[in-house]
Amino acid sequence: MTLHIVDRRLNPGSKSLENRQRFLRRAKALVQGAVKKSSQDRNVKDVLEGGEVSIPVEGMDEPRFRRDGGTRDMVLPGNKKFIEGDILPRSGQTGGRAGGPGEGDSQDAFRFVLSRDEFVDLFLDDLELPDLAKRKLAEVESEGIRRAGYTTSGSPANISVSRTVARAMARRVALRRPRPEELAALEAEMATCDEVRRVELLAEIAALKSKMHRIPFIDPIDIRYRRFEAVPKPVAQAVMFCLMDVSGSMNEHMKDLAKRFYMLLYVFLKRRYRHVEIVFIRHTDRAEEVDEDTFFHGPASGGTLVSSALQAMHDIVRSRFRPADWNIYAAQASDGDNSHADGEVAGRLLTEMILPASQFFAYLEVGQDGGMMYDMPNSSLWTLYERLRANGAPLSMRKVRERSEIFPVFHDLFQRRGQQERAAP
Amino acid sequence: MTATDQLLFRGADWDFPALQRVHDACEGIALKELGLNVYPNQIEVITAEQMLDAYSSVGMPLYYKHWSFGKHFAYQEASYRKGLMGLAYEIVINSSPCISYLMEENTATMQTLVIAHAAFGHNHFFKNNYLFRQWTDADGILDYLEFAKSYVTQCEERHGRQAVEQTLDAAHALMSHGIDRYPGKKKLDLRAEEKRAGKRRMHEEGTFNDLWRTVPSGPAKSDVLLNVGRRQNLLGLPQENLLYFLEKTAPRLAPWQRELLRIVRHIAQYFYPQSQTKVMNEGTATYVHYRIMNRLHEQGRISDGNFLEFLQSHTNVVFQPDFDNPHYSGFNPYALGFAMMQDIERIVTCPDEEDREWFPDIAGTGDAMAVLRSVWTDYRDESFISQFLSPRLMRHFRMFHLHDDPAESAGILVDAIHDERGYRRLRRELARQYDVGFIDANIEVVDVDLAGDRRLMLRHVVLKGAQLSEVDARRVLQHLADLWSYDVSLVEVDASGTVLKEHVANPRKLAAAA
Repeated sequence: MTLHIVDRRLNPGSKSLENRQRFLRRAKALVQGAVKKSSQDRNVKDVLEGGEVSIPVEGMDEPRFRRDGGTRDMVLPGNKKFIEGDILPRSGQTGGRAGGPGEGDSQDAFRFVLSRDEFVDLFLDDLELPDLAKRKLAEVESEGIRRAGYTTSGSPANISVSRTVARAMARRVALRRPRPEELAALEAEMATCDEVRRVELLAEIAALKSKMHRIPFIDPIDIRYRRFEAVPKPVAQAVMFCLMDVSGSMNEHMKDLAKRFYMLLYVFLKRRYRHVEIVFIRHTDRAEEVDEDTFFHGPASGGTLVSSALQAMHDIVRSRFRPADWNIYAAQASDGDNSHADGEVAGRLLTEMILPASQFFAYLEVGQDGGMMYDMPNSSLWTLYERLRANGAPLSMRKVRERSEIFPVFHDLFQRRGQQERAAP
Repeated sequence: MTATDQLLFRGADWDFPALQRVHDACEGIALKELGLNVYPNQIEVITAEQMLDAYSSVGMPLYYKHWSFGKHFAYQEASYRKGLMGLAYEIVINSSPCISYLMEENTATMQTLVIAHAAFGHNHFFKNNYLFRQWTDADGILDYLEFAKSYVTQCEERHGRQAVEQTLDAAHALMSHGIDRYPGKKKLDLRAEEKRAGKRRMHEEGTFNDLWRTVPSGPAKSDVLLNVGRRQNLLGLPQENLLYFLEKTAPRLAPWQRELLRIVRHIAQYFYPQSQTKVMNEGTATYVHYRIMNRLHEQGRISDGNFLEFLQSHTNVVFQPDFDNPHYSGFNPYALGFAMMQDIERIVTCPDEEDREWFPDIAGTGDAMAVLRSVWTDYRDESFISQFLSPRLMRHFRMFHLHDDPAESAGILVDAIHDERGYRRLRRELARQYDVGFIDANIEVVDVDLAGDRRLMLRHVVLKGAQLSEVDARRVLQHLADLWSYDVSLVEVDASGTVLKEHVANPRKLAAAA
């Protein structure tokens, strides 16, 4: 009897991926609710990690006719001390029953693990990038080239050696071009054989040689060139500017709030763009570009001049991120302090230089945990931005005091708008 | 040749030539010494992830797509990742050739064990047991699943995914009542199935004529046509195969929906023998691997160390926790089956007085394998236990029988224990636990109100006071009503015919209806 051994390990895995997607699609609303709920208890850093969610089994059940109640008879192993006729008090302990997935009435929740991608997809599903109109303009501006199969004509630099050799080999095999080994074998035989055979062999070798001559090793018809075609290349890169006031009035709690917001924005952009760069600009009364660690933890002191940061951002955009090639996003976090004299400069910088170049500019005013923000008058920066907004500048601004508010605020900023609203501008 | 040269493998690592050697060695013992008769083997090595994939499609290598398999996958993956659940070392499929999936991370010893267990033990059982011979077609099952898969896909393209999903949901809910319990079934034939499906479609397309809709219906049917006896005869009532009944008679199902019901029904039928032979199937496979492994060790083809490894995992497999052990979840079919097979071997070869009294037919006949082979061929769990569970084993497992009557407020009665007075009752009760007639609710279609509102009437004969659980029954009936397209009622009656309860469901508008 023959045995077949098949190695299936290299087969494409995830055979049940399709089933899993069907399941998630069916359970989408439920899973989405669960994802939102579970993300409330997480750090922003871990939001991406995927993980276990549990959804109510309602709507996902697979009912079967089942019976319960009635007289039960069971035979069990491991009798220790019972004898016939004993009456055992009911404790509900005998005979544990393990339920399968989603079986029975008793099970009210169904737990399973979502992968990181599934989690983030569901988490950010109803959000979208604002200002798509401008992005589309930017998209078609650059062109790239892309591989597009093979062609019979082209520049010698584009010869595809592997394809050419493969075709040549196919042709040689099809036309039965004698192989050099055959020839060598015959010649070797000739060295030792007798005269009659020698004549035969000579004729045979001559025939083979002429055949080899007629069927070339590589023929011009074998040659293939790699083909390229030009395609409009979408701008698949974005830069995210994080601007933060690090003057003495910003405490750790405020920075933490800002950090969480930046991270959400990063996650979100990362999902839309192949390549996302982050630029950290911190400012007191002067601004500097720093690395992430310094940005969040480096000590700094001084007054507050928002315009310095805006100027720095503008310079960086001009020198490194051409608006035609980059989608530019900026998020600014501050406690709202700014020197009064600076308002005019900052406003002009923003409306004339920065906003026209960027897709999105968000201002996040962070406050003290538990502070009575509503009782306080609006900060100078808030007042300034509010005025700009009233004049039609595309600014998004929110106030945040507690960690738990970060996601709702973020969600609010990027919520998918209705069709008309989107079409209107 | 020195002893070490005979070893099939060394250490824990294996490679494909080693698998071949192991298979050949096992085959020699299985065919020559144990006299097994098996399908040709096909061994497939898979990864843990692929094993999880296989779990979610009930072990079959291909299956149609449905969300519920995704749900099971998600559930199993979650428990696997948390470490709540280990994965099986193998999965074996009742097909010809008999396909065994082996996990790649098994050690060489485990691969040997698994090949002996699945590729010879289960394989022999599949090929010889009367239930499998009667109900399953090992040659055709993979082709049929292929047909089912592509048919479901075609339906989804043609009629929309949602409509197909609704029909399959409903069919799955009735799957446990889509089984013929008595023979009379034709063999599955892929080509005929495909031809039938194609013909139905052709007929549907060929005879479509919009004008037909306006033709008035004939005069009302006469009473004679509709009297109970004739009606029941016409519809083949009473009918316990609900899916079959719907496929053949549901008035408003589209042809493709009937075909889907048929597919679900056939697959349920294919798995029907497996549910009736868990103890025997595992008992056979465990007994076979135990014999083969011992023999290999005797022959010096497995080293002592590897044999100890085998003994350890074998012992784990046949461990039977006591009822008060937190790990207890019913009788372990491996433990019970293996113990019974060994016990039969003992009875046949060296019986004592008790065995001669209880098993006069086989005690002391000497050829254990002949007796075992005939047992493996002709019995299922219920008949196997009721005939071959010996008093010695009942004492060994210290079995006792509990009778739990909710009406009895004092508590649960210990009705029988492993003593002279209790052996026969214990054996009868344990056999009943494996009797499909008692495991599945006895539900039949009894009548259709053809003259009135076309209500479909079902009856559940309540055994020992166990009624259907309310919520599930309502959901299943809802699915049933959706397929039937008119009202459905289910009455629960006890043995004397008293109606205990009535459930009614009204059809919803399905995406596919009309």
